Order: sequence, then C-alpha cells, then structure tokens
Amino acid sequence: MSVTSIRERMSGNEAVAEAIRQVNPDVMPAFPITPSTEIPQMVSSFIAGGKIDTEFIPVESEHSAMSAAIGSEAAGARTMTATSSAGLALMWEELLLAASNRLPIVLTLVNRTLSGPININCDHSDGMGARDTGWIQIYAENNQEAYDNYIQAFPIAEDKRVHLPVMICQDGFITSHAVENILLLPDEQVKEFVGTYEPEEYLLQPGKPIAVGPYSISAYAMEAKKAQAVAMENAREVIKEVADRFAQMSGRQYGFFESYRLEDAEYVMLIMGSAAGTAKQAVDELRESGVKAGVLKLRVFRPFPEKEIAEALKNAKAVAIMDRVESYNGNCGPLGSEVTAGLFRNKVFIDTVCYTYGLAGRDFTTDNVKEIFGELQGLVCEGKQVPHNRYIGLRTREEQ
Amino acid sequence: MRTDVKKINEQTPYEDLTEGLIMFAGATAKKFNTGEWRTNTPVFDQEKCRQCLLCAPVCPDGCIPVKDDKRLDFDYDHCKGCGICYKNCPFGAIEMVEGVEPPADRRTEA
Repeated sequence: MSVTSIRERMSGNEAVAEAIRQVNPDVMPAFPITPSTEIPQMVSSFIAGGKIDTEFIPVESEHSAMSAAIGSEAAGARTMTATSSAGLALMWEELLLAASNRLPIVLTLVNRTLSGPININCDHSDGMGARDTGWIQIYAENNQEAYDNYIQAFPIAEDKRVHLPVMICQDGFITSHAVENILLLPDEQVKEFVGTYEPEEYLLQPGKPIAVGPYSISAYAMEAKKAQAVAMENAREVIKEVADRFAQMSGRQYGFFESYRLEDAEYVMLIMGSAAGTAKQAVDELRESGVKAGVLKLRVFRPFPEKEIAEALKNAKAVAIMDRVESYNGNCGPLGSEVTAGLFRNKVFIDTVCYTYGLAGRDFTTDNVKEIFGELQGLVCEGKQVPHNRYIGLRTREEQ
Repeated sequence: MRTDVKKINEQTPYEDLTEGLIMFAGATAKKFNTGEWRTNTPVFDQEKCRQCLLCAPVCPDGCIPVKDDKRLDFDYDHCKGCGICYKNCPFGAIEMVEGVEPPADRRTEA
C-alpha cells in the first residue's frame, strides 16, 4: 500500500493539537498548565476558526477537567483532555474512576516534574505517579511519535476488549516546545483510521437506563478489579494490532518498545522518552569504537511488557535501567523495580544497574550515556562495583 | 454486555459481571432501604399542616410524596432522618423523634 505523508515542521504540542484537529473529538474539558497549555489553546483556536466542532469546556481545575471528561465519556461522547505535572496530580482521584468505569478517555500528558521544589521542566514524576491508576501509558521520544501515538490511542482505548483510558506522554519542553520535522497523515486517512465513535452502552440512550459507577459492596468490588486487570492484559494484543494497522497506513511500525542496535548488543541502556534520542546517538558513536552497545527504548509502560523486555535482553551482559523520576522508596525508580523484577521472573540473570537522570529538566548528554556504558563494561569485565541508583549529572563534594 | 441485573448475585463469577459494574436498570435506588440508616425520625402532624409544600422539594431523598397538591406521609423506607423538612416547616407540623422507628401506626408497608 502506498503511503501519503505531508512534510511539516512543528513542536510536539503542535503535533498533538494537529492530531486532535484531525480526530475532531466530541468534547475536550481542559485547564491550562505549563508545558501543555498550548494544546487546549490551539484546540480552542481550531474551534473558534470553525475547523472542528469539538465542545470545549473551560473548567476551573484539572479535578473538574477529569470529572467532566468522565461524565462526557459516560454520556457517550468521544472525550479527551491535556495536562501536565500538578494538573495530573489534581486529577488523581478521577483517573482511577475513569479506568474503573471503563471509559476510553484519551489524555495527552506533557511530562513535567511534580513539586517540590517547584519547577516547570521535564521529568517523568507526573506520569509515573499515575502508573497504577489503571491507564494505558504510551511514551514518545519525539514529536513524530507523540503524533503517531495520539492517533493510535483512540482505537486502542475504544476496542471492546479493552475499554480503558489511554495516556499519551511526551517530554515537556524537550519535545513539546522543540520544533522538528514531522510527517503528517492526510485528514481523511486519520479520520478513517480512528473511525466514528459508537459506544455500545452510554448514559444518553432514551429508554435504556443505566447507572455508571455504582457503589459496590465487597462481594463485587474485587471481581470488578480483576475484570479491569484482564482488560489491561487484553490491551497488549490490541496495541499490537493497532500498531500494525497504523504501519500499513503510515509506513511507521511501532511495538511495545524500539530495539536500537539491540540484536548483538552486550551492553544495553533501557530508557523512555526524549533521552532515548541522546542514548541512540551515543550508541552510534560507541559502536564506531567497537563497543557492542544498544538501546531498548520503552514505548508502552502500561501494560508493562515484562516478557518481551526479558526476551530482548536475555543475550546482553549488562543493562543500565534509566529512571527520570525519584521514587523516594529507598530503592530505585519504577523502571528499575519493574524491569529487574521482570528479568528475574523470566529467569534472565544479567547484570542490571539502576540510574536516576534528568530530574526537573537536568541535561542528559551523550557523554553521560558513554560514562554509563563505561560503568557497565567495568562491572562486567573488571568486576568494578557500580553504586545502586546513582544520580547522573549531580554535583557532589566528592567530584568538586 | 447488556445483562438482566436480576441474574447477577454474590455467586456470579467475575467474568459474568457487567463491565465497570454498569447497572442495566433504572431506579434501582428504590430497592435499597436507606431508612435503616436513620437515628432520628420525622413525624408528620396532619392537623398542623397547611399543605404549603415547602417540605417536599427540600427533601434530599424525595421521601415526601405529593399527590393532588397535597403531601402524604413520609416514605420511611428511604428517609434518612436528616431533619431538613423539620427545619423548613413554618407551622411546626413536623416533629423529630429519637430512634429509627416511626410511631407504630405510621410504619408504611415495604
């Protein structure tokens, strides 16, 4: 099948706003917060200019934004919203309800650190804070992926086997505000790909009364949670199917993660988001000097593809697991915890080192990546111990 | 997914419950006797009542039925005894008595 693309250059926020224009969702309740503010702003402009007929609800907080999104989706409208950082934190209670009520809402998250100290720059503490709310989470490396992931979100969320909300994440400022080249799809192709939203059951059906989100006694609540967990399991299959269908249309193939020079890699960096680009650049340079380095760039964090990660890493000697969040658990970040558990459960006993990097917008460079690969090599070849959960680019007395 | 909720009970396996526990029925709240939650009970004095109907619309649970422009006795199966009607009555026609039980002669049939 021939692929039609439109060459453009735009920021990550513009790319997602463009995808929203093409999807033309029914309802968008939103409250502005840096660095995602541009998204509702641009959608409002599209509405004012008559380009789309989305009902925009200017709510008084993100708590209200997600509440309105739940009401709207339950009523039968295709609903989306956008937020960042404290905005997502304020939605927390409703995030869980959106998932437990099995509402296929799409949220575009522009990752920004959570306070404090108060700071507006990128890390993954907002998205990772919502990791157990029952939302599917897909992370992008750049504007192209943010756009492509957004278009795939609706068919994943709305699939009968899933019926769960989806969070499409991109890195604040680094991706959301940096202008890069992008290949857009024609409007009609996106519309056809996403299709018309036809929910089976919804509130605004005369003569077919339903109650959504009823109180559940203990005799039912655990069963409901199990059914929800099964839907998250089912999402694995659906995410793959949607990615394959998207590849036919766009020529861009996505999976749970991207394997970059991983085939024969002895040393691997497992990383998520924009910093994966930095890691790939460094790996190219390391390969030139003979180091068998590779990158596993995680795209789908929820559901967590532990089996596939273990399979991809089984022939490596060591892996650096990179968390862009501090979990304050006295151990390591969520990727560190979940990847090591997944490797162990799948009997892949390779060396793992957890690192924390890029908190609140701290730079992460190719030199940092090379230094980490150097530590992995030192660990494997010379038995040099590497401190657990070291902060990358941190000022210390020792180093000064 | 549409299911007859009467077929679902505490022995139903999780696979057979409705998605998100959606109830495929209307007005199911009527089947839940919230009157059992009461610690104080309003009692209606028909002699003092002028049928001004200020009480019925302020009841949060719709427990003051109105028929032919006249209020009837309380729906004790669902009244939670909040006392808002008592506060609103200008004629002292509603009295709050202690306990969950309305006077014996006023208990409505479930």
